[in-house]
Parts: sequence; C-alpha cells; structure tokens
Amino acid sequence: MATAIKPGESYGFFTDTSICIGCKACEVACKEWNQLEGNSPKFLADSYDNTGQLDDQNWRHVKFIDDVPVQTVDAGNGKAWLMMSDVCKHCKHASCMEVCPTGAIIRTEFDTVFIQQDVCNGCRNCIAACPYSVIALNPATGTAHKCTLCYDRLQGGLQPACAKACPTQSIQFGPLAELQQAADVRLAALHSQGVTQAQLYGRDDKVYGGLNAFFLLMDKPETYGLPNADNAQLPSRNDLGGYIGAIVTAVLGVIAGVVAFRRRGTS
Amino acid sequence: MIYLAAEHFVRAPQWTWYILGYFFFAGLTGGSYAVATLLRLVGDARDEAAARVGFYASFVTLLVCPVLLTTDLGASWWKFWHMLVDVTPGDTGLNFKYWSPMSVGVWALLVFGFFAAVSALESFVLDRRDRGTVGDPGKPIGGILGLAFNVIGGVLALFIASYTGVLLSVSNQPIWSDTWMLGGLFLASGLSGSAALIALLTRYRPGAAFSLGRLHEADGYFSILEVLLLVLFFITIIAAGTAGPTVAFLPLWVLALVGIGASLVAARGHMRIRGLPAGGSAVIARAGTDTLVVSLLVLLGVLALRAAVIFSAQ
Repeated sequence: MATAIKPGESYGFFTDTSICIGCKACEVACKEWNQLEGNSPKFLADSYDNTGQLDDQNWRHVKFIDDVPVQTVDAGNGKAWLMMSDVCKHCKHASCMEVCPTGAIIRTEFDTVFIQQDVCNGCRNCIAACPYSVIALNPATGTAHKCTLCYDRLQGGLQPACAKACPTQSIQFGPLAELQQAADVRLAALHSQGVTQAQLYGRDDKVYGGLNAFFLLMDKPETYGLPNADNAQLPSRNDLGGYIGAIVTAVLGVIAGVVAFRRRGTS
Repeated sequence: MIYLAAEHFVRAPQWTWYILGYFFFAGLTGGSYAVATLLRLVGDARDEAAARVGFYASFVTLLVCPVLLTTDLGASWWKFWHMLVDVTPGDTGLNFKYWSPMSVGVWALLVFGFFAAVSALESFVLDRRDRGTVGDPGKPIGGILGLAFNVIGGVLALFIASYTGVLLSVSNQPIWSDTWMLGGLFLASGLSGSAALIALLTRYRPGAAFSLGRLHEADGYFSILEVLLLVLFFITIIAAGTAGPTVAFLPLWVLALVGIGASLVAARGHMRIRGLPAGGSAVIARAGTDTLVVSLLVLLGVLALRAAVIFSAQ
C-alpha cells in the first residue's frame, strides 16, 4: 500500500491470516532491517515452525497452527492449517505502557507503541503485563525488546519491512482508518463466499480499546493464542481490589498487634 | 471476587531469585517496623527494648532491598534510578504512576528508608543513653511527635510489606492476576515473620525477653490471618481455573504451612505460660529454645510462601 507517512496520524498493520502462506518472509525482513541476530536454530518438533514465539530476537513470528481436527470432507472443502504472522498489537490501551515504571514505553507520533532503549532499565514489568507474550528481555542489553513498527523507517517515510516483504499482502500497512475499511471489505467478501468463521480481531475497541495491528482470523482468537474480549483486561483492573485486600489485612493486623501487645502488666 | 475462567497467553517475566529475596526482605523490613511501632505504642514500658530490636531489624533488612532490586536489573543495573526520574528526551521529570504498584513501591521504599534509618538511629542513641542504667529502657525521643513519626513510618511499613503482592496482581500473569489476596497474604506473612524475627533476636538482648510471649502471641494472630487469606487465595484461583500449576510446588506450600503451624503452636504455648502461676520458670526457660526453632521455621515459611507464589505462575 503506497502511502505518504505523516506524523500525527495513526498507522498500523492489518494482517489477513486467510491469505498468509507461512513463507516467513516477514520474519526475515524484520531481522534484516532491525539487525536482529535471531536465536540459535532449534528443532521444536511440533510443526514446521521452528521460530516458536515472539521474543527479543523475533519481532514477527509466523504461527503454524496445525491442530485442525481430522474430519471427512468433500473435495475442495478441507480445512487448511492456520497461519498467522504475529506481531506487537500496538494496543490503544497498552498493558505494557500502563505498568512501565520508567516511562520508557511511549506512544509515538505515528500512534504506535515504542520502547525507548536508553530509558528502559529491564525491570520486566511490561513482560508480566503484555497479554500477547510479545515483549522479552534482551540479556545483552538488559532492556525489553519488541516490534517498533519500524519506527525508524516511518520517520524516513518508508513502510515497515515486514509489510514490504510480504508476498501475498497478508500484512498490510497504512493509516489505521484505511486499513479498517479494507478489513471490513475483506470480511464482507469472505462472509459472502460462505466463510462464516472469518472474524476481525482488534478492529473495534472491544480488545484493549482497539489494536493498531489488528487481524482477520479464520477461527476464534483463543486458537491463535489471543485472549478473547472477556479475557483482554488491563493490569490496573486489580489495583483497587489488591489494595483493598492489603488495607483490610493491615487493619486486622494492627488490631491483632494491639490485642497481643496491649499493656497487661505481666509478660 | 467472582471470576470468569481466565485464559492467559502471557510470557513469564523471569522474576526469580533476586525478586524472591526482595519480596522476603521487604516483608521483614516493613513487618519489623510495624511490629516495633505497635510494641512502642500499645505495649508496656518494658516492651521498649523489643521495639528497638524491631527498628534495628527493620533497618538492616531494608539495606538488602535496593541491592537485590538493582542486581535483578542485570546489564541495566546502573539505570535503577530511571524508576524515579523519567529521562525521556523532551519529557524529563519525576516518575510517579499511582496506578503502577512498582512505581509507587519504589517511592514508598525511598521514603520508608528515611523513617527506618531515623528510627534505627534513635534506637541506637537511646541504647547508648540507657547504657549502665538499671530498670526499664528510657522513653523514646520526641514525645508525641516522635510517636507520630513512628505511626507514619508504620503506615509506610505496612505498605512496603504488602505492595509486592499487589504488584504481582497488577499484571496479566496466571494466578497472580486472578486474585486480590496477594497483598494481604504477603502482609500477614511479613508481619508473622517479623514477629518471629524479633522474638529470635531477643535472645541477644536479655532486656527484651519480657516481650517474647507477646511476640509469639502476635505471631499466632498474624498466622491465623495468613491462613484465612491463603484459603481465600486458593478459592479465587480455583474459581479462575488457574490453580493447576501450584501443585508442582507442593513442597513449598507445605513449608509455608509448617511455618504457620509453628507460629500457632508457639503462640498457644506462650499464652499458656502467661496463665501460669509463679514457678513456671522451667517452662519459660524452655521457651527460649523453642523460639529458635519456631522462628527459623516461620522465616523459612515466609520465604517458601513467596517462592511458591512467584514460581507457580512462571
């Protein structure tokens, strides 16, 4: 999608998993541009995917979901593996940003979520908070790493490397409003073709206020390792309850101490 | 709190040994200060010696905390101060997020450090003043203002002993974020461990032995509170459907329960001693030996409880 990239506008990814072919060109392009060395090769033995997960060295990860149940089907109606190029969702209400105690995680002029490496001190609170298992610590730098949505490329007027490399346009980059329109059109087309299981994830505000990197899925979100709307909650939901629990205990603890230590004149 | 079945896809933050150590010492520093303040405020004049032991214990255990927190940062250890100051270019200033327990906690630790240091120094000055004198320890410095200082420090201490549990809950990790009980649980456990620690340290300060029975009694009450919170903790995570991983850490949970059991047995024993007529000195003498075993078991239990909670989710 050729587009002029302007600060002050919201940008993101629309990843259409229905046309992902699992080529992993996005993973390679991401590593090349961001100079990520990658992890040592491993044979994970659970699919053709040996990347395994998003982490400090993998900011794009093509998931191969191959536990599709075996079933008798007519010719042309078989179920395919699910493939999904996963990435940081750049949530509108980002859990990582909410808990970050250093202010290292910011929202950029392109409305993306970015970890400032010179500010981050590696406390890992964001890792505990990110519901998508996106962020990981780089032990060498002692800082948290994740997809930057190619912040440096955007500043130079270039689209992110993964979107540029994707051969099927499964990964589309652009202004969020345009991507949302494109997603609506694509969903309508699939539904009209009888692909009723197709659904958009993060297109609306039900999941973390909306995702700048949103998806068209071919199954329910949990199948892809994504929390559904009921489970997509911010860490701060537990602030009040957690503190109330502590305060009640503190009051009871003080009463217990008073009972035990009150002046009795004997030991 | 009634939960939907929670489903988590989050990565573990790899908070392990340093954080476990910090949670342990944070419980003890906060708990010791709170117990010491209570002893001073509501106790007998003869409890002052044990109160000073508590203030010393609070200060010494506090000193370990920043070391552990800084070491945990690994290669970024020198950026610990970024918790306090936002160094974002063009947006520099103090960092304080009231909704992030880690942010609030680091400030609370800093301010509490002042109170713990002053109270330990005061205890040191009072001990020097009382040296060579016979009878009860002298009164604290500052009169009503001094006591008010202790009360403010005590409130901060209760926060320090509890916020680590809230910090775990304010995440998206399984178990941790599926309950509201961790703040209270860590506080009750920290108070129990602190009472046990002060009781243990009274061995080295004969004048503080007067408070031994009271400390064990308090420890028992704190342990009852801990048991109640532990039950509520398991009820909530079972309701959330995330209790499964706790089974793998059964030995740690058992150790935590052994510590609680030791507290309760010691408390019962000392409450019986209190009811003895004159002549119960043999029983009281034996209590000194029991205190060593009981206190060590309680402290081990405090550590095991935190380890079980931290590791079960990861």
